[in-house]
Amino acid sequence: MALRWKGTLKDRDVTDEALWLNRRALLGGAAGLGLMGIAGGARAAEGDLEPNSWEEITSYNNYYEFGTGKDDPARYAERLTIAPWTVRIDGLVDRPGDYAFEDILSKMTLEERLYRFRCVEAWSMVVPWTGFELADLLELAGVQSSAKYVAFETVLNRDEMPGTAYRVLDWPYVEGLRLDEAMHPLTIMATGIYGKDIPKQNGAPLRLVVPWKYGFKSIKSVVRITLTDSEPPTAWNKANAREYGFYSNVNPEVSHPRWSQATERRIGGGLFAARQDTLPFNGYGDEVAGLYAGMDLSTYF
Amino acid sequence: MIADRINAATRRVPSWTLYILSPLPALWWLWQGLTGGLGVEPIKALEHALGEFALQLLVVGLCITPLRRFAGVNLLRFRRAVGLIAFFYVLLHLLVWLVLDVQIPAQIWADIVKRPYITVGMAGFALLIPLALSSNNLSVRRLGGLRWRQLHRLTYAAVLLGALHFVMLAKGFQIEPLVYLIAVLGLLALRLPALDTMSRRRLRG
Repeated sequence: MALRWKGTLKDRDVTDEALWLNRRALLGGAAGLGLMGIAGGARAAEGDLEPNSWEEITSYNNYYEFGTGKDDPARYAERLTIAPWTVRIDGLVDRPGDYAFEDILSKMTLEERLYRFRCVEAWSMVVPWTGFELADLLELAGVQSSAKYVAFETVLNRDEMPGTAYRVLDWPYVEGLRLDEAMHPLTIMATGIYGKDIPKQNGAPLRLVVPWKYGFKSIKSVVRITLTDSEPPTAWNKANAREYGFYSNVNPEVSHPRWSQATERRIGGGLFAARQDTLPFNGYGDEVAGLYAGMDLSTYF
Repeated sequence: MIADRINAATRRVPSWTLYILSPLPALWWLWQGLTGGLGVEPIKALEHALGEFALQLLVVGLCITPLRRFAGVNLLRFRRAVGLIAFFYVLLHLLVWLVLDVQIPAQIWADIVKRPYITVGMAGFALLIPLALSSNNLSVRRLGGLRWRQLHRLTYAAVLLGALHFVMLAKGFQIEPLVYLIAVLGLLALRLPALDTMSRRRLRG
């Protein structure tokens, strides 16, 4: 069942950047004249979000398989072969197997989601993703009742990924979600940005996007999804368990040991950009705080 | 011999040329940062460029004595300039962090005491302050050559802290900061008494 989550802005399917910005200006002007009540009932505070530019979103990336520099992915990711692409879905599912990317796409309903994206390094963007709900993909494979977690794996093609020559992380990159997090309607598999195919440096051809968690949870270029009954290992947690927890929900109250998470800087503000306050669950608390009721979030960080 | 040629070529270069040239990298990066040349997150890019250049200058400064001892290349007359310029780049790196990056005074202090890599970096900077202040002939005379040299051994600790600062802030296992740390450790090892007397004996002999 697609389209479970409704943003405040609708009918944005396949809109290019110029139109986006143009319509934003119109809406802004109209709102200013009091002709439209955008603020009313805004969910996930989508109404006041201005997306970052295509250039910002596609030139400043963390994708360590292509190098640790922010511009390395944009420089080297072009080498990655993404067609043909299959996603192996296995573990505790009724229909395990290799799912061709085109077949997946043909069965999914694509929608646009304008999400805040908060990196654990305390920078942030707003990204107009195109994608489908992960829940729909999992239902395609048939989740068994014993499944409690979902494990993800990024492609590892060493010939095409120069960063993997160094053991910066224990390759391949792996991530995981609790099943209820994975099934949440905010959780999507993104296949596009600004209505265009997602660029390779952003995780082509399909990547996870979990907007209330730090960016490293939103694993790129997914080749494997495994349903499990125990908490799967995650790449950054394996590298440094004290600094990167399994949950990694955006939380201004819980510092990363090496830097504060209380504030963030929006990319695109130039040399004199001011910091802004980081929101609990990256501003999606109304939707997702319930998933963690009764949990001490400073323990389960 | 190469060493003689380098000595001859640099003999006529006054050390003040380094001071004249020294602001150019900073001005270039600032210009780049203002005009988009440093990418979409110019604050971090500027901060990192200044910090890495400062560390490179500190490493160059550590090379000068071993170059003379082991290779006969005499660049001693540039050492003060290299050290002072390194100090100013550390200072610029710190200022960008304070003013453009962190911005919030309360958070700056919290970071210094709570984040080990920042504590280490700040300690390195603090050690450089007396060295920069005493990098003039008057101070050498006032302190006397021996005490001045003893004071300036703080450089060793400061550069080591700088390299450690770089290693500690890297995410994951990264090679580049480790290369700096190993280079610094190697250059410091050349100062160990055993190696030191060996080289002196060789030069005298």
